[in-house]
Amino acid sequence: MLIPSRNRGGLSRRRFVTGLGAGGLMAALPRPLQAHTPAAGQVPPTARARWDLRVGRTRIEIDRKVLHAPCIGEDVPGPILRWRQGDTVSINVTNTLADEDTSIHWHGLRLPAAMDGVPGLSFAGIPPGETFTYRFPVTQSGTYWYHSHSGMQEAQGLYGAIVIDPPVPDPQPCARDYVILLSEWSDVSPMDMLSNLKMQDDYYVFRQRTLASLPREAREAGSTLAALKDRLAWSRMRMAATDIADVTGVIYTYLLNGHAPDMNWNALFSPGERVRLRFINGASMTFFDIRIPGLEMLVVAADGNAVEPVPVDEFRIGVAETYDVIVQPREARAYTIFAQSEDRTGYARGTLAPQPGMSGPIPPMDPRPVRTMVDMGMDDMKPGESMNGMAMPEHGHDMSASHSHSHLMPHHEGGTMDGMDMTGHAPQHPMGGMQPTTPQQTPHRHDTPTPRHEEGAMAGMDMADMQPAGHGHAMPMSEHRVDEPVHHQPAGRMHRPGAMDHDAPAPGTMPVLEVDDPGPPPLNVENQNIARMPTDRLGSPGDGLEHNGRRVLNYRQLRATRPGSDPRPPTREIIMHLTGNMERYIWGFNGRKFSESGPIRLRRNERVRFTLINDTMMEHPIHLHGMWSELENGQGAYRPYKHTLISQPGSKLSYLVTADAPGLWAYHCHLMLHMETGMFRTVIVE
Amino acid sequence: MRRVLLLAALLLPAAAPPAQACSQSQTTTTARKTATTAPRKSLPRPVYHAADAPTNAPVAYVGGMKPVMDQGRYFHGILDQLEGRYAPGGTDFRWDGEAWYGGDYNRLWLKSEGTLEHGRLHDGDHELLYSRAVSPYWNVQAGVRADIDDGPTRTWGALGVQGLALYQFEFQATAYVSDRGRFASRIEGSYDFLLTNRLILQPQAEFNLYTKSDPARQVGAGLSDVDAGLRLRYEVWRKFAPYVAVSYAGYLTQARRIVHDQQGESGALRLTFGVRSWF
Repeated sequence: MLIPSRNRGGLSRRRFVTGLGAGGLMAALPRPLQAHTPAAGQVPPTARARWDLRVGRTRIEIDRKVLHAPCIGEDVPGPILRWRQGDTVSINVTNTLADEDTSIHWHGLRLPAAMDGVPGLSFAGIPPGETFTYRFPVTQSGTYWYHSHSGMQEAQGLYGAIVIDPPVPDPQPCARDYVILLSEWSDVSPMDMLSNLKMQDDYYVFRQRTLASLPREAREAGSTLAALKDRLAWSRMRMAATDIADVTGVIYTYLLNGHAPDMNWNALFSPGERVRLRFINGASMTFFDIRIPGLEMLVVAADGNAVEPVPVDEFRIGVAETYDVIVQPREARAYTIFAQSEDRTGYARGTLAPQPGMSGPIPPMDPRPVRTMVDMGMDDMKPGESMNGMAMPEHGHDMSASHSHSHLMPHHEGGTMDGMDMTGHAPQHPMGGMQPTTPQQTPHRHDTPTPRHEEGAMAGMDMADMQPAGHGHAMPMSEHRVDEPVHHQPAGRMHRPGAMDHDAPAPGTMPVLEVDDPGPPPLNVENQNIARMPTDRLGSPGDGLEHNGRRVLNYRQLRATRPGSDPRPPTREIIMHLTGNMERYIWGFNGRKFSESGPIRLRRNERVRFTLINDTMMEHPIHLHGMWSELENGQGAYRPYKHTLISQPGSKLSYLVTADAPGLWAYHCHLMLHMETGMFRTVIVE
Repeated sequence: MRRVLLLAALLLPAAAPPAQACSQSQTTTTARKTATTAPRKSLPRPVYHAADAPTNAPVAYVGGMKPVMDQGRYFHGILDQLEGRYAPGGTDFRWDGEAWYGGDYNRLWLKSEGTLEHGRLHDGDHELLYSRAVSPYWNVQAGVRADIDDGPTRTWGALGVQGLALYQFEFQATAYVSDRGRFASRIEGSYDFLLTNRLILQPQAEFNLYTKSDPARQVGAGLSDVDAGLRLRYEVWRKFAPYVAVSYAGYLTQARRIVHDQQGESGALRLTFGVRSWF
């Protein structure tokens, strides 16, 4: 079972790339055998409504890794499909694979469930030799992508970009338009990766803390003792602070439009032109941090939807997300598009240049991130320290009461309802009163006060605020299993002088929000951690990007250009814990993998809030098929519409969904191996 | 017993209404459905949450296809020790490994170890165990052990735990009961110190305890023998790691006397070379 590439484990990605010498020279060399269309990354000149795609396996060699890759049109990535909003597209997908089914899922598209392309949920897949015709009206515009949802074909090359023209002229006209599709390439099959990870969870991680790295850590921590203590803390939890990615550059070559770094994918510009770059993360396991040294990037769209432009130097793109950025290079020189993997074991790279074949300097990779207790949802606490040990300055109540209360108290002292944080973002300061030193927890971070109430009922808001923070996380286990929503609980739990009476919502308010809270996940075979104090990390660009001296995009900055189409407040909140056991390599929600849980049922047209609490120490890009996920990031009615949301480790976030698309839909973590090991649910809209 | 059940059945309806009302007010569709379809039983009522729904309301997947295959079974085997223990009088060869097949919860384990010493097989210990995952890091294992080597054969029933202890110690403890009514126990532990990401120092020890002596197998009552090593391996790649080590195999307490009486070697520290490999 030894696959030759594993020998190459000895070479770090960086050494390997450096070993090739100047990238510029490589660009002049003939490319390897594989048939890359010269137009990789070029958006087709016109939109078409009819497409014929053939899925087959093709021998492709990239970076000396040979793979009989499942792909479309004998190329990785597949063709860029350009559509027009308002058209009804018709795509014939023919399966020419020898003995396996295939499927194409249109990621982020709103379409009838039968056209969504998930075997088992939408249709029965496309058997070998058969053709399936996808046919659906295109009701949206922007940058999207497609990929297989069968087996693990997506991880090996069955993916491509979708560009949809808006019916109106582009509000951000650009002289040039390129797709930048990032992905990975490996000759290790995804099944082998999974099998290896089941046996040894850090199989592909060669950046762990070791004796050799102790002196450096000691310098960073201030003393050897402090460094050792931190190690012991992690070791005690049986986790590793260096666990950033499950599969790394040890076996991956990171691709940009199907080009390895040394192949130097080129895009042309004339100085002064505005260039639109449509970034798509089509990787199966890798987050990328993207920058173009020397150029400011204007983020104009996220997941296909226009946002108020945000100028940034860098941004992180989670698996399956898309971002449109506009750059305006003014000098006639080469600019490097540098996309380093989150764990810094490699990068994808391309060049923006006035002439073909140029290459710019390649910056060194940043230090790899190291997880902290924030990622464990433990804030500043040491892992062994219990919450009971924490001093409660204002009241001597038990933890559960003061927990929820301390959150509201500072606001109540203001005396007005406006002082309360009504957006339903419990995550923002679950321990706000207690932990003033945490940088992310400033009591009032919403610069847009008006939209706060748009989301509705005060009682509902309070529920959302208090329930997860107070009830969900501080109670002893037995109390978590209560069935009733929180507003039916004895007043003693939530009622406090000055707090609102939840049983009697103010007259004229909207219906009460039902909170569907399973409580903290159990510590079981499938879950090894509980984020006791999940924090709001929407304002953080992510692990490894904080305080790096650059302007890095964060979720709080995303503001839609127009208000959301459904102003109704949610009538139900579904709290989902993202859980996993890295040691056993099992992932799931609420301590259960897919096969152990029934579906999530939504009523037709129901407005529902999903709250994600990430109890694991990894990022998870959570993707709901068929419906928008409207991120509640403090932008009120202008919350961004996304199809994939990064849930940061130890964090809590929420988003709204209008269940207006009947049928069976997939809901999952888009890290392929997490999905395949259970972080998946079926959503049924009835 | 039946009376207790009856009593519970009588009491439950009385206790149920408040719970019922609550679940209805929650009005997740699942909750409503299950409340009507599933009659009240004396079992604790499961908690229905949209996000945590039980599987008893199956989804009609198209073509019966599940979108995710999270119930895969895997097969792996590892030889932790495959080594030569050097001594001027003759080198001993030792192996110690295990293999398992199964899914996330249920696995079948095979463990095997033994030492080839002057052409004779010693300490041959082979176990076939069913392993059940019971907590984030621990598995309970039960099965049979057979001591098969050049000595007399013994068979045992086995029950033990295996897993990852605090601070990432690999740990196994197994209790055995033999067909002759004797008891034994084995405790094994190891720890990986990462000197670099590929150079790993692993202290490892295995202790055997018995309730009764068995001179034919060089077994003494109490703490009978120990096999320990300090191995420095280099992971050329994950599945192939040559190592150098110092190993110690020796008899203790009563067993030491037994072996001494048999003119055997009661313990030796050896320079050792080997390979750790797995698939």
